[in-house]
Amino acid sequence: MSLESMLIVAAIIFCIGLYGALARRNFIAVLMSIELMFNAVNLTLVAMGRWLVPFAVQEQLSTVLTGQVFAVFIITVAAAEIALGLGIVFAVYRTNESVDLTDAATMRH
Amino acid sequence: MWFEDAVFWILAVVAIAGSVGVVLVRDLFRASLLLSLVFIAVGGFFILMNAEFLAVVQVLIYVGAIAVLFIFAVMLTRDVQRGNTPNRLQVPAAFIATLLLVMMVATVVTTDWTTLAGAGLENKSRVAQIQAVGIPDAARLTAAGLTADEVTDVQTGGLADLLIGEFVLPFEAVSLLLLAAAIGGLALARGRGR
Amino acid sequence: MNACVLNPHSILGGNHLFRFIYEGVGQMLPCWMAYVVAGAAIMLILINAVLLGAAIVSWGERRLLGRFQNRVGPNRWGPFGALQPIADLTKLLTKEDIVPYGADRIAFTIVPVLMVASLLVGAAVIPFAKDVALVDLNVGVLFILAVSSLTTIAIFTAGWASNNRYALFGAGRAVAVLLSYEVPVVLSVLGVVLVAGSMSLGDIVVAQAVPFFLVQPLAFFVFVAGMSAELNRTPFDVAEAESEIIAGYHTEYSGIKFALIQAAEFGGALVVSGLIATLFLAGWAGPVADWLGWLWFLIKTFIGIFLFVWIRSTYPRLRLDQIMAVCWKFLMPLSIINLIAVTLEVFFLRDAHGVLTTADLWIMAGINIVIAAVSIAVFGQLIRQQVRNSSQTAPASRLVVSGVSTIEVSQGQG
Repeated sequence: MSLESMLIVAAIIFCIGLYGALARRNFIAVLMSIELMFNAVNLTLVAMGRWLVPFAVQEQLSTVLTGQVFAVFIITVAAAEIALGLGIVFAVYRTNESVDLTDAATMRH
Repeated sequence: MWFEDAVFWILAVVAIAGSVGVVLVRDLFRASLLLSLVFIAVGGFFILMNAEFLAVVQVLIYVGAIAVLFIFAVMLTRDVQRGNTPNRLQVPAAFIATLLLVMMVATVVTTDWTTLAGAGLENKSRVAQIQAVGIPDAARLTAAGLTADEVTDVQTGGLADLLIGEFVLPFEAVSLLLLAAAIGGLALARGRGR
Repeated sequence: MNACVLNPHSILGGNHLFRFIYEGVGQMLPCWMAYVVAGAAIMLILINAVLLGAAIVSWGERRLLGRFQNRVGPNRWGPFGALQPIADLTKLLTKEDIVPYGADRIAFTIVPVLMVASLLVGAAVIPFAKDVALVDLNVGVLFILAVSSLTTIAIFTAGWASNNRYALFGAGRAVAVLLSYEVPVVLSVLGVVLVAGSMSLGDIVVAQAVPFFLVQPLAFFVFVAGMSAELNRTPFDVAEAESEIIAGYHTEYSGIKFALIQAAEFGGALVVSGLIATLFLAGWAGPVADWLGWLWFLIKTFIGIFLFVWIRSTYPRLRLDQIMAVCWKFLMPLSIINLIAVTLEVFFLRDAHGVLTTADLWIMAGINIVIAAVSIAVFGQLIRQQVRNSSQTAPASRLVVSGVSTIEVSQGQG
């Protein structure tokens, strides 16, 4: 376990999520893939915070947790994003009777 | 050390296999179960990196709330069994994702992390000692060789101190975002005319 | 002479029980083997304690329920019928293990395992004597809440994988209840964490010079009510209301899987009682003798279980919309009032080092008991009016709506 291996695992998860977000038809599947990408980013942040510390913050002992603080923010944003995303899913489903993104390409309803 | 390595590789295999499953499995319900498996594996990574609080929050929010919301959404929309079909962009998407992966791995491997600021400080500086104990805990901090003053400093500090100290503005912004999301979710879910 | 000494700085170093077993076994075995043996011993203790405890709880609950209802309860096998759980288990093990046609076989099978596993993992962090918890986490409270949220997914999977309408109804209800009650429960626990100044269960016990059910009666009330909802116990058991939807999410389960689900339910009652004892009744701390901590802990856990059985045998089942109303319009304001009151009190009473003395805790107890009485009376009156109104109007209007939609559907088909 080292910084490199952790970053590579995060990169793999991120790219799988990217593929899913681009190549899936179903709205919910796309949202799931986006969650994968969020998780990969969180991993990267915590790993960076664990193994690397900028010189500027070394005097303040507590600031070594900065990476984790950013991860907390990302988790919160992901929760908000998913609440809205699934709201949109239901709205689209109500008008289109389908959650297929290729069907939802038009803006009229 | 070998123990941590073994756990790391097990978690890595679970996380990667799980995320491949999420994007490839046809049955959306199983995909969301696999997604919660990936969330738990990421929580395990956090524990390995001494971020216990974050691991617990990860399980509480991602598995306890977000995965459940996904399952709700999957159940309330139709066509679950064969729902997860690919679209026309499959080949270009795979190409782009692979390209990005190669780029990122190349960057990670070729970067000389030891020359970066703060790297290689483990077992040398106080900073690294605090990192090694994760969320500060008095016994472990004194074990790491800090004096009593510094211990109370770090212990009362930790994540909370940062969140409502240095990062108070983003913290408030995020709480505003959550409020907006809650209202927006309500508005979207109610629909028009009802 | 002693070959193996656990490094106190390692992640298991603070765990007294683990170190004791590790160093004891290390006398005669190589170190890596002592590591494995100690880990296995901890797991053995955990699994046996929780599952055996679940069996005892199942018997005790049925006996107590019998007394409450003027019956005898199971009294045939063993002294006072105490061997009844063994008979039940034997019966369940010899039954056929059915996976219904059209069910998602993997998901269906994984559910009982998931439920028992999340229960066991949660039980591991509860300290049952002075400095003795199987795992001493510094985020213990949050950890228990997090792993208990795994149950939500397990229940949902059970309902979905069974390929049964009633199971799905039960699962939908259960998830709605679990998600809603998570909020007031977490808010009430937050008050406890605030006064104790730590999220570690061991530290919370140490901080209780005055038991927290006196210091924060509101939090205690909300926690007990919320937890009996999360455990699907009787006033809130719409998820498995046998007179409405057969057995809810575990309708299709039989044999060993049903036994595991039942074990998870009774074990859940046990673990939550242990949690109540730790958070509000001062855990292993007793009037005399710290080494008797396990005894005080067991007595307090029994008090918790008795409380649950008492509630169960006293109140009739609520409707789903009433349960939601109780959560959002009654428990939620109460937990917020508690949190605000506790925050203000801690802010004004603490000394320069942020420490609360025993006298401070008594002052808080006095203020909070008054606040609790007033706010429970006020909000209880409000919720009573609301529920009474809704039960007069809501079912009728809903009936009309469903009737109209039925007519529309039938016309559309014609």
